[in-house]
Amino acid sequence: MNRIISFPHVGDYSYFIKPFLEKVTLEKVKIAPPITKKTVEIGSKLSPDSVCMPFKYNIGCYVEALEEGANILFQFGGGCRYGNYAELQKTILSDLGYEFEFYEFIKKGKTSFNYIYKTFKSINSELTRMTLLKELILVFLKIMIFDKSEHYTRKKIEKDEGEFKKLKYKFINDLCNERNIFKIFKIKHHYKLKRKTIKVKKPKLKVGIIGELYTAMEPFSTFNLENELKKYDISVKRFTDVSYLLFYKKLFHPFFRFKIKDYLKYHIGADATCNVYRLLYLKKKGYDGVIHTKPFGCTPEVGVMPILSKISNEENIPIMFLSFDTQDSDTGMRTRIEAFNDMLLMRKEKKNGK
Amino acid sequence: MVIGVPRCLFYYRYQTLIRSFFNELDIEYVISDPSNKKILEDGKKIAPDEACFSLKMFLGHVKNLEGKCDYIFIPRIESVKLDEKVCTNFYLLYDLVNNLFDIKILDFNIDEQKRKTEKSAFIQLGLFLGFSYNRVITAYNHAKEKEKKVKNNNILKQTCILNNNCKKVLVAGHPYNIYDEFIGKPLIDTLKKNNIEIVYSDIYDTKNIEEESSIISEEVYWTFNKEILGAIGKYKDNVDGIILVSAFPCGPDSLINELVIRKIKDIPILNIILDEANSDTGLVTRLESFIDIINKESAYE
Repeated sequence: MNRIISFPHVGDYSYFIKPFLEKVTLEKVKIAPPITKKTVEIGSKLSPDSVCMPFKYNIGCYVEALEEGANILFQFGGGCRYGNYAELQKTILSDLGYEFEFYEFIKKGKTSFNYIYKTFKSINSELTRMTLLKELILVFLKIMIFDKSEHYTRKKIEKDEGEFKKLKYKFINDLCNERNIFKIFKIKHHYKLKRKTIKVKKPKLKVGIIGELYTAMEPFSTFNLENELKKYDISVKRFTDVSYLLFYKKLFHPFFRFKIKDYLKYHIGADATCNVYRLLYLKKKGYDGVIHTKPFGCTPEVGVMPILSKISNEENIPIMFLSFDTQDSDTGMRTRIEAFNDMLLMRKEKKNGK
Repeated sequence: MVIGVPRCLFYYRYQTLIRSFFNELDIEYVISDPSNKKILEDGKKIAPDEACFSLKMFLGHVKNLEGKCDYIFIPRIESVKLDEKVCTNFYLLYDLVNNLFDIKILDFNIDEQKRKTEKSAFIQLGLFLGFSYNRVITAYNHAKEKEKKVKNNNILKQTCILNNNCKKVLVAGHPYNIYDEFIGKPLIDTLKKNNIEIVYSDIYDTKNIEEESSIISEEVYWTFNKEILGAIGKYKDNVDGIILVSAFPCGPDSLINELVIRKIKDIPILNIILDEANSDTGLVTRLESFIDIINKESAYE
């Protein structure tokens, strides 16, 4: 039987995970079909009602991948509710009658190099620790380079719409096909120069996006919030990406905790602690407004909302809370962004006038 | 000095311990009123719209205590068992209240992962209140003994019910929902009115929890949910039906309850999600039809 591996989407990271899994498992890897309204429909039909949105998206992705012939599935999520997704997802999918193997990267909220090694070893018995380590370093390096480039493009607003996007996919393609570390850095440099040649406009406003990780990283789940903002000439800063979740979060967490000790005494779960810090940081850096995104009912984020509102009042920085579920109309969100934009512009004018 | 204890969330898990600990140390304490409509309305005004029913109720209880006490007792709980966690709402109770209210709070932190046990938390509390170490530790030990006694008594009572020949239903849910005067009481009352004996999921000896919860889930790492699963695993063969009670929108429950429904097929299960706009009529109708199913089921046998 042909073994085909698949995994649910998060943003553009599928392109990086694909070559990694191919090299490590030596099996065929198929990226699940891109997320569409159909995916979300399937997902919300099969999932429990009040479960958070990423679960529904994941289920939709899995079903579509299984329909296309995949029979080994991966779940990369961990922490928070994500850590418990796998078991229920496995049950739901096998109740539907699919036959597949299911692997998790993070078990019971914990992971280690050895655990990942054993997981892959059970698929590919010839795998050595050295190869896995090499591949892991390679994929992390690529993701970090990619994240950094994304940080740049989010801040800039191109004159001709879509130029950054075109360049991004070329960049991803070149990056994914390269296995030599020196050449990777060469590609990075090459595209950095190319990006700088694109003509940009001066942004009218600066807005930071904070909140839960899935809504931050998967554009479909927020109806392409970042692009929507760019249409109003708003430059965006977003904190959450894979390199943040893997490295920076652990590294800087004690620092964040120290910085916000006036507001929080304890760690309050998932990214909520960081979000409080980010709000203060954005204020300090002179951003015009903040957008907080989360799936409906995300516990730490809902709990931190009153604290964020309080800080927003005290520090005088506007914050808008958006919560997303599997709704299929983006009109509500567009109206709110428009109003937010108008409000920020008026505030800015008033400030400059005085 | 008077200490206020909100009658919500952690209270139902630690009530014997808290009460007897304060009694041993001769500290005056007040417990907020049983939940009622006003408390909920107060809580709804303060809490964000999307917060779960229980959290809204909790903030109402804190509001209820305002002015009645000098200090308010709010534990911050991250994990009560190694490698396990609790719902993230328990993480932030302290900081939430600290930011939203102008009240002095008694510091209390349980985090097994960082070696901050229940015992050390109570000792810290006692020392903060100005008692000597010896006195605090004896008070804690006495309180713990009493808690054990009460628990054993409850388990004994429950075993009697389980051995009875009448219709029994396992009410599985968080104690802060089941025992709450406003959230779970209507449900319990309806069952009692219909002559159904109730088996509670929180009256359960956690000795064999790994084994008993693994019938449904092997990977669950939320302690409170794991205990419910353990109770379901233990009692499911001795009861006629299971009612899963959760508050809307409960994060852990949304995953775990679905798992229970999918894994347990040989016994009627009713999944009830309670929200603040609840009128009792819908609930009563659902419960009555469920009771009919249970009665029919045994008639076939």
